[in-house]
Amino acid sequence: MAWDLKSDRPIYAQLIEQLELRICSGIYPLGSKMPSVRDLAQEASVNPNTMQKALSKLEEDGLLYTNRTSGRFVTEDVNKIHAVRNKLAQEQVQEFLNKMTDLGFECDEILSIITTMLKELKK
Amino acid sequence: MSNLLECRNLSKSFGPVKALNNVNLSIGRGRIVGLLGPNASGKSTFIKICNGLLTPTEGEILINGHKPGIETKKIVSYLPERNYLNDWMKVSDIIGFFSDFYQDFSKDKAYDMLSKLGITASQRLKTMSKGTKEKVQLILVMSREAQLYLLDEPIGGVDPAARDYILDTIIRNYNENATIVLSTHLIADIEKILDDVIFIREGQIVLNKTVDEIREESGKSIDSLFREVFKC
Repeated sequence: MAWDLKSDRPIYAQLIEQLELRICSGIYPLGSKMPSVRDLAQEASVNPNTMQKALSKLEEDGLLYTNRTSGRFVTEDVNKIHAVRNKLAQEQVQEFLNKMTDLGFECDEILSIITTMLKELKK
Repeated sequence: MSNLLECRNLSKSFGPVKALNNVNLSIGRGRIVGLLGPNASGKSTFIKICNGLLTPTEGEILINGHKPGIETKKIVSYLPERNYLNDWMKVSDIIGFFSDFYQDFSKDKAYDMLSKLGITASQRLKTMSKGTKEKVQLILVMSREAQLYLLDEPIGGVDPAARDYILDTIIRNYNENATIVLSTHLIADIEKILDDVIFIREGQIVLNKTVDEIREESGKSIDSLFREVFKC
């Protein structure tokens, strides 16, 4: 997964989103050790201080924890990850709904389009 | 810990021209700072004063508590905007030179970077392209374990792939006790790696904020804001 950073929003906020996404999608699995700040900063081509700040925020939120001697790990609490996953899903759906409303779609129309497309996907 | 770089009421005049006009600035440790401004805004003059190549007309500048001189040269690694190395020398000669001159110079680091960029150490500078010479200069500067790196337009003359490598090198060498100040016109390429941004115009500082503060407040990239502030 490539780091996708937009140029008109704070980098810190975007790093938090991208790290959450990577944790939820299992790139950094439950209970696994996170790469070092330096490696992550290099991978995302961002300032190490900004990466550090984003990681600290995720620690505050309980998604990551630091073991004094062995580094930083992903939480082992499945519920925490589910909660973040739901939050990310809601954000995606909200964005989609906003766009559909802009296009002039009503609730039932949106629902029927989704149902039809999901059926086709299953085939 | 005190600030690494501190300047108070700093001014520099060249005859009737005020290249720097009453600059007050504090830069801490562990920062990557972008010094951004249009041509002739005073960027290089500022960097040259930090190095003791120019003396201020008024005010003072302190690096780690010292005025520019022998003490500060030990801890400042400077990349000038022009090539100053002797053309007849081989890269390996220059590396020997640097490691004699600077206690904090790491030969291993230099040779490692040379091989990553595909530069042959036995090659003489005069046989190299302009871009390759610039890469060699930057390698020399980044191979020191300095406390303050002053890079005057480090990525201007090199191709985009080498540019990425240079930015990568800056991130990889990041150390919480050292600060990097770099001037450039290629803002879009570097803004992601900066902590702080300083806009300078006609010798005066017009903005000094973190990248994320600027993006948050203006909803724009530093590059777009620069184009707006310095619109011709």
